[in-house]
Parts: sequence; C-alpha cells; structure tokens
Amino acid sequence: MRNWLKKVAQYTVVSAAVLGFTASAQAADTIKVGVLHSLSGTMAISETTLKDTVLMMVEEQNKKGGLLGKKLEAVVVDPASNWPLFAEKTRELIEKEKVDVIFGCWTSVSRKSVLPVIEELNGLLFYPVQYEGEESSKNVFYTGAAPNQQAIPAVDYLMNEVGVKRWVLAGTDYVYPRTTNKILEAYLKAKGVAQKDIMINYTPFGHSDWQSIVSDIKKFGSAGKKTAVVSTINGDANVPFYKELGNQGISAENIPVVAFSVGEEELSGIDTKPLVGHLAAWNYFMSVDSKENAEFIKSWQAFIKDKKRVTNDPMEATVIGFNMWAKAVEKAKSTDTDKVEQAMIGIKVPNMTGGTAEMLPNHHLTKPVLIGEIQENGQFETVWQTEGTVPGDAWSDFLPGSKDVVSDWVKLKCGNYNTKTKKCSGQNFK
Amino acid sequence: MAHQSLVLTMMKNDKGGTTLLSILLALIIIIPGLNLFVATDSIFHVSTYTLTLLGKYLCFALLAIALDLVWGYCGILSLGHGAFFALGGYAMGMYLMRQIGDRGVYGNPELPDFMVFLNWSELPWYWQGFDMFWFAMLMVVLVPGLLAFVFGWLAFRSRVTGVYLSIMTQALTYALLLAFFRNEMGFGGNNGLTDFKDILGFNLQAGSTRAVIFIASAVALALGYLLSRYIVTSKLGRVVIAVRDSEDRARFIGYKVESFKLWVFVVSAILAGIAGALYVPQVGIINPGEFSPLNSIELVVWVAVGGRATLYGAALGAVAVNYGKTYFTAVLPELWLFALGALFIVVTVFMPKGLVGLWQQFRKKQAKTSTPETSPDSARDSSRATNSIQQGDD
Amino acid sequence: MQRLLSIKYIILVSLLFISGFVVASEPGNTVSSDAVHAEGVPENNFENTIPLFTGKGFKKKTAAVETLVTVDDARVLSILQAMLTNKLYYVKSDKQVVFLEKQQENIKVTDVISNEILDITEKSKLKKISVNNKLRKLLRGYIATLRVKSQDDKVRAAAVQQVIKNMNETSYALLISLLETEKNESIVKDAQAGIALWDLSSGDKQKKLAAISTLTNSLLPEVKNKLESLALPDADGNYLEADELVRAKAKSALVKINDRIAYYGVLENIVFGLSLGSVLLLIAIGLAITFGVMGVINMAHGELMMIGAYTAYVVQQIMPNYIGASIFVAMPLAFIVAGAFGVAIERLVIRFMYGRPLETLLATFGISLILQQLVRVIFGPTNQAVVTPAFMSGSLEINPVFAITYNRLYIFAFSIMVLIALVLILKKTRLGLQVRAVSQNRNIAKAMGIRSEWVDALTFGLGAGIAGLAGVALSQLTNVGPNLGQAYIIDSFMVVVFGGVGNLWGTLVAAMSLGVINKFLEPWAGAVMAKILVLIFIILFIQKRPRGLFPQKGRAAES
Repeated sequence: MRNWLKKVAQYTVVSAAVLGFTASAQAADTIKVGVLHSLSGTMAISETTLKDTVLMMVEEQNKKGGLLGKKLEAVVVDPASNWPLFAEKTRELIEKEKVDVIFGCWTSVSRKSVLPVIEELNGLLFYPVQYEGEESSKNVFYTGAAPNQQAIPAVDYLMNEVGVKRWVLAGTDYVYPRTTNKILEAYLKAKGVAQKDIMINYTPFGHSDWQSIVSDIKKFGSAGKKTAVVSTINGDANVPFYKELGNQGISAENIPVVAFSVGEEELSGIDTKPLVGHLAAWNYFMSVDSKENAEFIKSWQAFIKDKKRVTNDPMEATVIGFNMWAKAVEKAKSTDTDKVEQAMIGIKVPNMTGGTAEMLPNHHLTKPVLIGEIQENGQFETVWQTEGTVPGDAWSDFLPGSKDVVSDWVKLKCGNYNTKTKKCSGQNFK
Repeated sequence: MAHQSLVLTMMKNDKGGTTLLSILLALIIIIPGLNLFVATDSIFHVSTYTLTLLGKYLCFALLAIALDLVWGYCGILSLGHGAFFALGGYAMGMYLMRQIGDRGVYGNPELPDFMVFLNWSELPWYWQGFDMFWFAMLMVVLVPGLLAFVFGWLAFRSRVTGVYLSIMTQALTYALLLAFFRNEMGFGGNNGLTDFKDILGFNLQAGSTRAVIFIASAVALALGYLLSRYIVTSKLGRVVIAVRDSEDRARFIGYKVESFKLWVFVVSAILAGIAGALYVPQVGIINPGEFSPLNSIELVVWVAVGGRATLYGAALGAVAVNYGKTYFTAVLPELWLFALGALFIVVTVFMPKGLVGLWQQFRKKQAKTSTPETSPDSARDSSRATNSIQQGDD
Repeated sequence: MQRLLSIKYIILVSLLFISGFVVASEPGNTVSSDAVHAEGVPENNFENTIPLFTGKGFKKKTAAVETLVTVDDARVLSILQAMLTNKLYYVKSDKQVVFLEKQQENIKVTDVISNEILDITEKSKLKKISVNNKLRKLLRGYIATLRVKSQDDKVRAAAVQQVIKNMNETSYALLISLLETEKNESIVKDAQAGIALWDLSSGDKQKKLAAISTLTNSLLPEVKNKLESLALPDADGNYLEADELVRAKAKSALVKINDRIAYYGVLENIVFGLSLGSVLLLIAIGLAITFGVMGVINMAHGELMMIGAYTAYVVQQIMPNYIGASIFVAMPLAFIVAGAFGVAIERLVIRFMYGRPLETLLATFGISLILQQLVRVIFGPTNQAVVTPAFMSGSLEINPVFAITYNRLYIFAFSIMVLIALVLILKKTRLGLQVRAVSQNRNIAKAMGIRSEWVDALTFGLGAGIAGLAGVALSQLTNVGPNLGQAYIIDSFMVVVFGGVGNLWGTLVAAMSLGVINKFLEPWAGAVMAKILVLIFIILFIQKRPRGLFPQKGRAAES
C-alpha cells in the first residue's frame, strides 16, 4: 500500500511537470486569425476552399501592412468533419492559441457545436454559409444568406416570372432544409397554394438512388399545372439526383429545379450537360460582371495557382466577412471582442456584385439575391435579380415560433427578443 | 475492509492495472486543482481546454475497456460499440436538454428548441421523465443494456459468431445512425442535442462543475477497470476466456456458452453507455455522428494499438491514439489520415499485442541481457497466449 | 402540288398562331410587334431576320425567333436547333451570326446565311447567343412543328409527341393533315390521341364520346388530366361537363387508365428494385471474392471502387473527344489498376495475417484511409466530373408512364455479365480450380503443388479488379470523389453476408431481393425508413439463418 502511494506521488509530480511545459504562454505581437474549416472527412470537399480563401485574405491584408501596425497570423486547425471536435478546436483556438477572431464552420451542426464555447469564452466567429436562420448570437456574424435572402425570392421568381403552380420541396433530412421548407410551405400557403399542390420529400445524406423519387416528381409534375422543384438537397446527393433527372427526361423547361446548395464548386464536379437551364439562387455568381469580381477571381486563381478554379457564394461571404472585420478592427483600434462587435454593426464594404454589403444590428448582412440558370460550362447566367439588396432576417416571419422574435445588438442588446412578451431569452448578455 | 482486500488481491499481479489506477488518482488530485486554483498566467496552470480534453480521453478509455472486455476476453469483435456509447450519451443529453427549461432561444419551458421550430406541440412520450436526474441515469444504464441484451440474446442463441456477428453489430449501429438522423425521431436530427446549460443545478460552464465531471470520469474509469478486471479474473471470466479460445469445447464441457457471452456483452454495453453519458457534458454536444460505423471501427483500433486482452492496454491505446489525433490534426492536418492508416497497418501486422506487447518484449529483452536464462515455462505460456488470441478471432 | 401548298399554308398559319399565342400570353411583352406585323408589312426574309438575333436580352431574342419562323426557308430549322444547343454565336466585331462547331482542339465557324466557313480560330472573338428556359421551350415547340413533316420516322414521332403536349387549333389541323399521309402506326396513334384530346374540348357530344373511346388506351398524362377534369367535380363540387353520358364514359375510361398506371407502377418498382439490386451486386461481387472465398474482410473494397471511378475520370481527361469510347478503355484499365492495387495490398499487408480475418479488417481499414487521403492529395478534395456518354443518357420509353433509363439498363446488363464471367473463371479455368482448392484446404492444395501464395495474390487482385469495374459503373451514377468508397462499403457487406459468404449465386439473389424490397418499402416508408427497415430485416434474418441465404456446406464452412 505504501509503495502504491509512493507511485501515485511520483506520477503526480511527473505529470504536473509535463503539463507545465505544454501550457507555455506565447507573446502577442501578431493578430491571430483562427481558421476552423474541416480539411478531412466528408465536409472537406466544401470547406477546404474556404480555408484557402481565408489564407488568401490574410496574405493580402499583410501585403497592405497588416492591421493596427501588426501582422496577421493564420492559425489553421482541422476539425475533421467531426462535430464535437469543432467545439474542442474552438476552445483550443481561443484558450491556447489566443486567436482574436475565427472564420469557420459550414454545416449548421458544426456552428451549433461551436456556439456554447464561443459564447462562454466571448470569442468572435464569422460564419460564411447560407443557413436556416433562427439564431443570432452576440459572438457570431452571419455573412451567408438567411432564408429570406435566398429561398423566398427564388420562390417569388418562380411564381411570378415562370408561373409555377405546383411545388416539390425536396431536401436532405437536416435542419437547414427542414426549416427552409417549413418557411416556404407557410409562405406558399399564404400565397394561396393548396396543400395538394405541395409535395415535400426528405432523403438522407449522400442519398444515391433517386429512381423512385424522381419518378414521383415526374408524376406529380404531370398533373397539368406548371411544376417546379425547390431543392435543398445537400452536397453529394446532388450529382445522382441531377443525373437521374436528366435520364428520366425531366428538363428545365418542363420542371425546373431551383437549388440553394448547388454552386460553381459543386457544378465543377458534375457533368453539366443535362442540367442546362436548371436554376440556383445565390447572392453571388462567378459569372457576375463587375470590377470587384474580376479582381477577386484573378487574385484567387493566382493564389491557388490554378487558372480553372472557380469561386462561389460562401467564398464571397468569407471575403466580405473578412473585409468587414478588418475595417471594424481599424475602427475600434482594438481586437477586443466587445469593441469589435459593436464596431462591426453598420460597417459597409463593397460586395462582388457591384453593390454594398452592410452589417445589420442583427448580425446579418444586406445582400442582393440572384437567380441563375446553369450553363453548359458550369457557370450560372443571371436571369433575375432583386432590385437593390435584401436585409437578412434572423428570425423568420413565417414560422409560428419565431414570428414575434427580433434581434438587435445595438438597442436591445439581445439576439432573440420576443416583442409580445417583451422578454429576451437565449444567450442573455447583461 | 473485505472489499478493499479483494481489490488488493486482485491488483496484486496486475502491474499495468496498478499503474493505470495510480495515474488516475494522480490526475484526480492534480488536474482540477491546477485548473481551478492556479493563476491563469502561471506555467503550472492547466487550461480548461486541457481539462476537457483529458476528460474526453478518460471517457474514451472507459469505452475502450468496455470493448476490450468483449473483444479481448470474449472473442466478440463488436463493430457497434459506438452505438451503446451514443445511446448513453443521448440519455444524458436528453436530461441536459430538459434542464435548459425556458432558457432556450424560444423560451419554451417544456419543449427543446428543435421541437419548437419543427412545430411540435407537446413532448413525445419517450422524452418524459428525463427531467429527473435519477431517471436519466437509469436510462443511461438501461437503454444500452437492454439493446445489448436483446441483440445478444438473439445473436448468441442462434450462434451468430465471428465475422457475421461483427457485420451485424455494424448493421445495428448503421441503422441507428440513419434513424437518429431523421428529424421525425425527435432527437434533434443531424444537429443532435446541444447548448446545454447546467447539470443538477450547477452551471456546466463553471470551472468547479467541469472539475467534478472530470473527477467523475476518472472515478468511473477506475471503477470500470476494477469491475472488468474482477470479471476476467473471476470464475466467470475464466469460462468466458475458455469460450473465446474454443467455443465448442466449452459448450461440450457443459457450460451454457450463450449466457456467459450475453452477460459480458451486456456489462460491456452498460460501461460504454456510462462513458457516453460522461462524455456528453464535457464536449457539449451529442449528435448522430457518434453512431457512425467508422467511429466504432476506430474504437477497435484504439484497443488493438494499446494491446488486446489487457484492459489497461485498451485504456492506453485510447489515450495514445486520441492524443495523436489531437496533436496531428493541429500540426499536420493533411498527414493525419496517412499516419492513422499506417498505424492501423503497423499495429495489426507487426504488433499483434499492441503497445503493451511491445513494452513486454522490451522488458523481456532487458531481462534476457541481464539474466540470459529464461524459464522455459514462461516462454511456453506466452506462446500459448498468442496462439489463443489468434484462435479467438474466428 | 395543290395539297403540298395547302399543307405549307397550314404550317405557316399554325406557326403564326402559336407565336401570336405565346407572345400574347406573356404579360407586358411589348417587343412582339415585329412578329405580329409580319402579316401586313413586306414579308421578312431570312437574310434580314438573322441580324435580329444579335439583340440583347431574352425578349429581343424571342422576337427574333418569332419573326424567323414566319419565314419560309429551309435554313430556319437549323438556326433554331443551333440556338437550342448553344451553337449559335455572333462575331463580336461585325455582328455576323455564325454556327460554331467544336472539332477536336479547333473550332469551325460557319456563316449562317452564306454557309461559308470563316477564318476564325479563337472563341473569344465570338459571343454566344444565349437562351433561357422560356426561350428553350419556345424553340422546342417550333422545332417540333417544323419536324412533324420530317422524313425520318424517329424525328417525326418525337415531334408529334411534343406537339400533342400543347394542343390547339393549329396543331389540330397540322395533325389531321399529317394523318392523311402517315403510315407509321405508333405515330398515327399519337396523332389520333392528340386529335381526340382536342375533340374533348369541343362542344360536340358525339365527337367527345368518340374521343373518349380512342383515348381509353392512352397513357398520356394530358389525357388523364383532361378526363379527370371531365369526370370529377372541381373544388366547388360543380361538373365542368354537363352531359352525364360523357361524364360516365370519361369516368370508366379513367378507371381503366388508372388501373393500367397502377400496374405499370408496380412494374416500375420492380425495375427500380432490380436496378438498385444490380448496383448492389456490382459493389458486392468483388467483396464476395475477397471476403467470401479468401476470408479477408476487405474494408478497402470501397476505395478500390473509388480507384476504378478515378480511372474512368482520368481516361476521360486524356481523351475528352471520345467520351463514348472512353468507357470501353476505362473498364479494362480500371480492372488492371485496381487489380494491381489489390495485388500490392495482398503482398504487402494481407499475406501476413491469413487465418486472422478480424485483424485484416483493421489493416485494410488503415489502407482505406491511406487511399482516400492519397486521392485527396492527388486530385484534391472536390468531386470530379465524369461525363455520361450519349448512348448511356436518356431513357427507353415504353409508354408515357413507364420508361427505363439507359444507364440503369446498361449497368444491369454489365453486372450480370461480370457475375457470369466470374463464375466461369472460378468454375472453368485453372486459376479458378486453384482458388477453390486453396480456399477449401490450403495445406492439401499446397501439397498438390499449387503455389498458394501466387493464387492468393491473384485472387485478391481479381476481387479488387472487379471492384475497379464497379467503380467505373458508379462513376456514371454518382459522385467521383474521395468519399465514394465509404458510401457503399456497408451496403456491400450486407449483401455478401445476407447472401451467404462464399456463394456467388447467393450474392446475386441477395442483391436483387434487397434492391426490390427496398424499392417497395420506399413509397410508403420513405427513403430513410426503407433503408433502416432493410437493415433490421437483415439483422433478424441472420439470427434465423446465421450463415445467410445460401450457406456454405461441408467442412470448409466450419473453419
């Protein structure tokens, strides 16, 4: 027994010493930018590009002399498409690496996983992907589209310009399609579409056998009314879906498919011939003709050393987010989260489509909405766009749970303030 | 006192186990202390990051021990132990979810946020009772245990063994993965359960709560080890090992092989469930990804790396591989998968007994150089052991 | 001659009518005056219409198309077709409208009016005359009307099918005139259906009744919709059709049609099931060798398929102008490449662990991680586009409600061929004999002089090569990316285990039955639940028959 106690003491000393060394502090002569995008696992397909985008922005900022007289330093970690790992890596970035800001996440679940940690440690996260809304945290800036900046304008376009009367809402079974489809269903019904003219279908991630579903869509679309498919099908499942559509003879003229998750990068992995004419709704297309965009594409292709690499919407969102953050840091003359957070609101930077993006008090952006038709070369041709920009709405007006909720980090200092009960719930900052 | 003496006699010939328990005790003493009471800028301060990381490793170690119990000693290669772990985690997650109460984003006192925005009007029946800690803890044990019991009862009775059993356990966890991904199931779909606030009234983000959960994990690991060790050294354990080495022979001697296997399988599933329950409050999220068959395969690799049929080796393997993962994904993200893949191959081809085996070999060599004569007895023993492990596979 | 002229006249009038109709139905279209005026003002000719196509904006282009179709010129059709297929361009400098054809590396630019080949070699000097969905639809309609008189049966049939989708008075006249000369039975049938469809909207009761009896055998969705509108009350409970006899007859026709649709629905499910089954068979069959015959649990099986798929991609990159042929190059190449990887894996890793099947699982899982990451490093993490050759796209339409897509048809045939080839190899060749000998009793086989190591390597290579073939097939169905293998590995194991390890026929039956079960569950359980139910079914089935559908018998089964 005594021997054993001795052993315990031994280990105690040894491990204390080891831990002491690993937890060495570091000097703060640079501004650290954390990059939290999966570089391996299923999400690497999409997220690796965003990591490179941030690295490019850091490099460009450093060429301009950095920020506040300091150089920027990117800290890249790999959360490996593993959701708990996102939380762990966030803690590592903030506590151990002491980063001043994090650019990261793609899927909703990764953001949800990061959220408690980033709020606890009062960090700053820029989230660059279109998402389902229903969230507004003090520590997160959402530079992707909210549902009202993508889904609703797309449906408006189909309804008014194409004359669609019957709707198929097809999505992958997770929170973004579920919420988007809930919102769209409520919206369509408010516009007088009957329940029997709406078909909702969910499939698992990576669904590959679309025969039955496409055949059902075909049947649904043969009822004499103009039919369209609103697709929130995610990533990998799209290729077999579009291939099946093409083979079963559903062309864009008969039943157009408007997608919210298919961009230039996804199309570069698809044989686009059978897809020509199908639609996508985004806030940015690589084909948009503007000075900013041409410069951006040029510098991106030079940075990645590939003349054929495409750009896409989440990349634009990352760039806008980065530029805004840089501007806010200059304005606040500090990288302190609270100061930058307040400085961020109202910041305006040019977007890539010739307009201006403004950060709103609800931590969402103003964005133009563009509808594009897929071309044979894997690009989109803009066929419709909103006049001016649409302000992002964190809480949808079409969901019963959230129609009374607003977010305002300037006056109310609250991300989810219920206008009926006059109460602020969720993350409650004093 | 009788209890303690039992432990002592059990640990007498178990050097590795003693080391493991000593390290655990050391961790319990120093880590929370260094985290809570040492100033943040001191070099002796242990950051919360390190604390939760270590806590996670401890849970994985317990999970690895649970798997080693069935694989190393019973010859059942379960490729679905991740499922029991995740179920335990979900039970805990449901409790934590209910604890949020009206502090969710929609401020609904009864329903978790994801149900509100799916327009659910009331709590499904299987969420009832999870607001009570004791009930949730009962479920942590009961749900994995029951699933293991039903599955094992069916499988062992009809003598599904070897490769078939492995593939079936994989099918089990895969089916659960798909099921939990469905939003209609009412477990939050792909997003799972997250944004936990507190446990038993204590704020989960408070340092002291974290420290307590860390200590609980260490204690659970120690107890789990002791229990497993007790099982394998008891009479039951010997029968189980006999089953592993030759199921038919054990059956002809008159043992009811199915019952023994089932018993160990259930215990192992419960241990995995407990590990999952401790894991969730520390990482702050539970989602269907935990059911992924890949996770379960990786778990098998931890055990193989550490050393099969040693229990403490399994714990060592879990910590070693996960430390490697944490380290490499930060330093060389691109190379991590190459390293992990190579590790799998090297371990299975060249070190069938894992790190523990390597250490033993090293010690033996040392012993050889100091005393060139080894007793023929021990040599024969070790060869027989290797042999039996190999036979246990099919 | 007289009749020819009148037909021409009818076509012309019909075109005018359609164009007027389409334009009128577009709200706020003001540019259409060109088309409408065409009747009165001096007639447009081909030459002076063509420059209209260089106008900016879809409305101007629509007007240009509408003007062009009023011109009676043989070149009109080729312009419309070129526009539809994105081959119509104009020269940026002088706005000369041209056809662009890609020939290998070069482009061939032809003036649309003079048909002269122009000396332009850079695409950047040209601008595409782009089209959108609306314009495409318009073009297809015009092309169909122009093609109704085509000499080619196939073209005519397709044109008639297109025309009957949108019946109106002019297309009615067009079809009636077509019937006078038409000999092809199926075209006659389609044309009659179209005419009957239009008759249903007439006020004449006798015509309606006759039309219904013609249409009872039609499965066209338009027919069903039309009959439904006649037979069933609308939302307010009123009948659109006043006459009860017509209503009753429409109802009984509808019942018949619905019965037939239901029948084809079942047939379709079976076909879908078999097609899914053929994919399952392809992905499982290589595993049936490595796992079933050799007892190696090859977790890298999926990645070997991935290698096959990437081979198909690389081959297409090397020969981008021969997509159709590339498939036939890719197949043997994928077999060789994946097979070589297989032999290498066997020699380097697996041979150290025969008799320890569960440990091969771990080692091959490690290999799978390495192969995945290797592909990520070489090709990047994003998916790669593999083009579907023309002969594999589209579908074989048996009737309007039942069609089989060609790619599925080919993959079905391919999977069966692979299975048969494999069975022949195992049963009829010397290698096959040796493989079976080694798998039954390695020591005795060795004693008989078989080089068991060599046989092992080749067997594993064979299994891997077949996985490579499966990869080529999958490249036609799904993503070619680093995750391709993972998506299929569990399914393939399920098939092999369900069928019975070591039994190729078992694998066939298992794959097909799992495919069909899945497809019959899907309509009422949903895609996810169907998959879960199938998994639960397999788990329970294995409890009942622990060695699968067709267990191996005899001594070999015990080891």
